[in-house]
Amino acid sequence: MELLKLTITEARRALDAKEFSSAELTDAYFKNIADKDADIHAYLEVWEKSARDEAKTADDMIASGNTMPLTGIPIANKDNILIDGRIASSASKMLEHYVATYDATVIKKLKEQGAVFLGRTNMDEFAMGSSTENSAFGPTKNPLDTSRVPGGSSGGSAAAVAAGMALAAFGSDTGGSIRQPAALTGLVGLKPTYGAVSRFGLMAYGSSLDQIGPLAKNVADAKLLFDAIRGYDSNDSTSLPDEEAKQKKPQTIGVPRDFLEEGTEPDVLARFEETLGRLKGKGYEIRDIKLPNLAYSLAVYYIIAPAEMSTNLARFDGIRYGLSIPADTIQETYAKSRGAGFGPEVRRRMLIGTFVLSSGYADAYYRKARALRDTIRADFVRAFGEVDAIALPMTPSPAFKFGEKSDPLTMYAEDIFSTPANLAGVPAISVPMGTVKREGKDLPIGFQIIAVHRQEEVLFKIGEDVGDWA
Amino acid sequence: MNKPQVDVRALAVLARIEVPDAELEKLERYIPDILKFVETIQKADVSNVAPTPELRNVMREDGEPHESGIYTEKLLAQAPERQGNRLAVKQVISRKSK
Repeated sequence: MELLKLTITEARRALDAKEFSSAELTDAYFKNIADKDADIHAYLEVWEKSARDEAKTADDMIASGNTMPLTGIPIANKDNILIDGRIASSASKMLEHYVATYDATVIKKLKEQGAVFLGRTNMDEFAMGSSTENSAFGPTKNPLDTSRVPGGSSGGSAAAVAAGMALAAFGSDTGGSIRQPAALTGLVGLKPTYGAVSRFGLMAYGSSLDQIGPLAKNVADAKLLFDAIRGYDSNDSTSLPDEEAKQKKPQTIGVPRDFLEEGTEPDVLARFEETLGRLKGKGYEIRDIKLPNLAYSLAVYYIIAPAEMSTNLARFDGIRYGLSIPADTIQETYAKSRGAGFGPEVRRRMLIGTFVLSSGYADAYYRKARALRDTIRADFVRAFGEVDAIALPMTPSPAFKFGEKSDPLTMYAEDIFSTPANLAGVPAISVPMGTVKREGKDLPIGFQIIAVHRQEEVLFKIGEDVGDWA
Repeated sequence: MNKPQVDVRALAVLARIEVPDAELEKLERYIPDILKFVETIQKADVSNVAPTPELRNVMREDGEPHESGIYTEKLLAQAPERQGNRLAVKQVISRKSK
């Protein structure tokens, strides 16, 4: 059905021209969800009744000429972003029946625009993972090859858009959780500058790393979605003040060659080089750069993120909300509720986090990681004095098969190119760079562009110039 | 740095999670492996790092609080155990000395 092939830009034009209504567009999505999602499992819950009401409200807004960029646009929401009155479970048994008691700031902004919320999407539990296999409610399949993962942790959001079950989706990115699933499903995924988008109402995983961002069909849509959710929020103490960052036209792109060749599959590297060639053809200068501490990013991330999450998830104690296992003592209430509520990957990271913060080890692990994080950030700032953007493949390989990366360290290695941007707080985007063949199937891969703080426009400009792959 | 002695059971107690024995055994393998990987940061030189700016609290101005009780029911509806407008919990402070 052609309605499902539209981008937000195209749908906006058609909606405003009254070629079809938001109700019809929403209908088309629900029909496709009914056809496909029993297999794909992108959604944990769809909200047919409320979505149809929202579509009606949007149609009224359009009729009275009060249309905004996202009025009547059907989107999917990751299960860790709170919508008042609706279940938000972070794909965890701990919050399986938890009903959010307030709207996240981004949701408030989207509601003001009259967006339509189709449902909540599957994810790795508490946003920990790179495949969505860690969901407590079953995995999500990659629509492009259902024997493979869609990536994670925003795998459900990616699969929904890639399979035509949402026009766009929101996810969260702490170590790559928007960008990597976007890359593995052929979408555009943006992690904004840390602080550009409010984290109020996003369930916290790594508070110094988390950002909400869009997964979209193209760069123009991603920009529209980013513009809708960005902005200073007094409810988020890490929120950046609104400012018009001085935009310069990007001309030079740096490639940290030493870093990227290790472990990247040859055909992924070949596509990466082709993409650089295209950009050269559009007038960009490509330069080798050195980011001496980049190779430590993964280790630094897997110290800092578990440490922060072990603190953030302490709130799930079976007392005020969430799963509570009856027990004789308060200590047992905590231990049993948390043991039953959290899955294996969450427990594993929690124990790592507890260790690296514990007396006798905190200096060698956590504090050293903090210092090294500052060094990595300084490397980036220095590099951005020489180049306008930095390019890397988004992942070393295309989507992998279910169960393929069952060893935790192999799974963590998926994040090798994504974690640096979270550690430095800089914005980063993944745009499609064609496909590679695995067992006869064409699998998408992503080209990652990183810019200095606040320069999302650089990402959009270069992303557009990467262009379409036939 | 040597492979650290990891007492996974003690960590589980600190983290307040009950982990079944079968899983504890697996974790006794996984966790030292992960720690061995992350401790590669020991090789890094961080002596050139500019000192982190002093942390400061970000507080909002004191102002008019919202009307008392307007969110109570909504919040307590989520509580596993309640008594009226209170959360019911097991005894936290004991008078017995151990």
